[in-house]
Amino acid sequence: MKYKSVFDIIGPIMIGPSSSHTAGAARIGRVARSLFGRKPKYATISFYGSFAKTYRGHGTDVAIVGGILDYDTFDTRIVDALTIAKQEGIEVKMTAEDAITDHPNTARVIIGDETDRIEVVGISIGGGKIEITELNGFELRLSGNHPALLIVHNDKYGAIAGVANILAKHEINIGHMEVSRKEKGKEALMVIEIDQNADEIIINELNSLPIVQQVVKIHD
Amino acid sequence: MFRNVAELIELAESKNCKISEIMIQQEMDVTGRSREEVLGFMDRNLRVMEEAVLRGITEDVRSHSGLTGGDGKLLQTYIKSGKSLSGELMLDAVSKAMATNEVNAAMGTICATPTAGSAGVVPGTLFALKEKLNPTREQMVEYLFAAGAFGFVVANNASISGAAGGCQAEVGSATGMAAAAIVELAGGSPSQSAEAMAIALKNMLGLVCDPVAGLVEVPCVKRNAMGASNAIVAADMALAGIVSRIPCDEVIDAMYKIGLSMPSALRETALGGLAATPTGRELEAKIFGIPLNEK
Repeated sequence: MKYKSVFDIIGPIMIGPSSSHTAGAARIGRVARSLFGRKPKYATISFYGSFAKTYRGHGTDVAIVGGILDYDTFDTRIVDALTIAKQEGIEVKMTAEDAITDHPNTARVIIGDETDRIEVVGISIGGGKIEITELNGFELRLSGNHPALLIVHNDKYGAIAGVANILAKHEINIGHMEVSRKEKGKEALMVIEIDQNADEIIINELNSLPIVQQVVKIHD
Repeated sequence: MFRNVAELIELAESKNCKISEIMIQQEMDVTGRSREEVLGFMDRNLRVMEEAVLRGITEDVRSHSGLTGGDGKLLQTYIKSGKSLSGELMLDAVSKAMATNEVNAAMGTICATPTAGSAGVVPGTLFALKEKLNPTREQMVEYLFAAGAFGFVVANNASISGAAGGCQAEVGSATGMAAAAIVELAGGSPSQSAEAMAIALKNMLGLVCDPVAGLVEVPCVKRNAMGASNAIVAADMALAGIVSRIPCDEVIDAMYKIGLSMPSALRETALGGLAATPTGRELEAKIFGIPLNEK
């Protein structure tokens, strides 16, 4: 079941006018921001489907940039997000694409600075609920509603066991887990939704595994 | 965890409790949160709804486009004139539903129920009924859980997204949710709530999402108005003992399938329906400053 909580239905508290096109867009932007981990220098955003046709009217543009600025759905600064982003030196580019995507409310967000860059595809499935469907070319499914760990690792035996052992040792319960790869034997991505926030000690331990290349955590 | 309306009703009947109570307990089970926390979260949502209604019926709210605002307030003045035809409770609900959506259109703070575009129906009916039934704060919070329980089923078995299923999935869902919650607040049984939801949603089937200029304003604000009135009528019918010939779960399934067969032009793309009327196009051109022939 896609919707698990009554507050997916009665909620979120948000700035209008659209839960999917405003609140959902803000959440997609915010997940991208938390995946990147800091304020980016640039943001390139592509809208598809209904997002592409109606993003101006729905404030999808200000909302997604608001998310990138780390604003929650009810943060009234969303209204001025484009101006604030400019003041903070974030170069924003936005395009409406004609390509047909699986979901009518799809956005592709590329954010980065001199040293790093990430590419996130998010869909807004209704009522403000979102899913991240792609990260740096990896297909995944991430709701952003729970704390999660995203682990880039070598596509090799023992990777899952190694990660799971560390989580078990720290008594962290896994709620949902997915593994995907672009090509057999190369780079792979583990997406683990967990019931508690993982602290720095756990992240460092995971990072110390030889098979692990990168660990990113997302808070609740 | 209940997966459909039939299971929800069965749970409530077997435990001899309200639908809202089933929803509260499920939320506690799923999230591991305490009863106080869960009720507290909902109370916060209720407060946001209350503030939006109050703002919409007292302040001169206007959207940036200028398309909507002030109608909820206008209707309150009309109610006070004592000349209304459809009755005070009905018009009060309609006014408060519109007020919420006018605040939403003006990028004000609202609570999505189940979405922002359909955020007026549930609070609009609640704050109108408040005047007649004098519920406790706790009962008002329960109203939202009851509405949420039905919305939960729709969201998981059909859709609450206009882009995916048209307006029937948004204002339609909200109308069914409100109808079911009204029945509970008025002292009806869980199965009467399901009947009210079915009757209300049946009358929203096929409703397309065709916002002028892609804004959540025209016709959204007035569709919330009609959703609120539809919900009250459906609740009264169910409370009178009228049942839906088509069971609630099958109505929800029908709504889902209708959504799947709806062309994309009528699913929140501003390409068809009212958005594509001459006046709709003219307004769009004016708002965005784009010449008509370039559309």
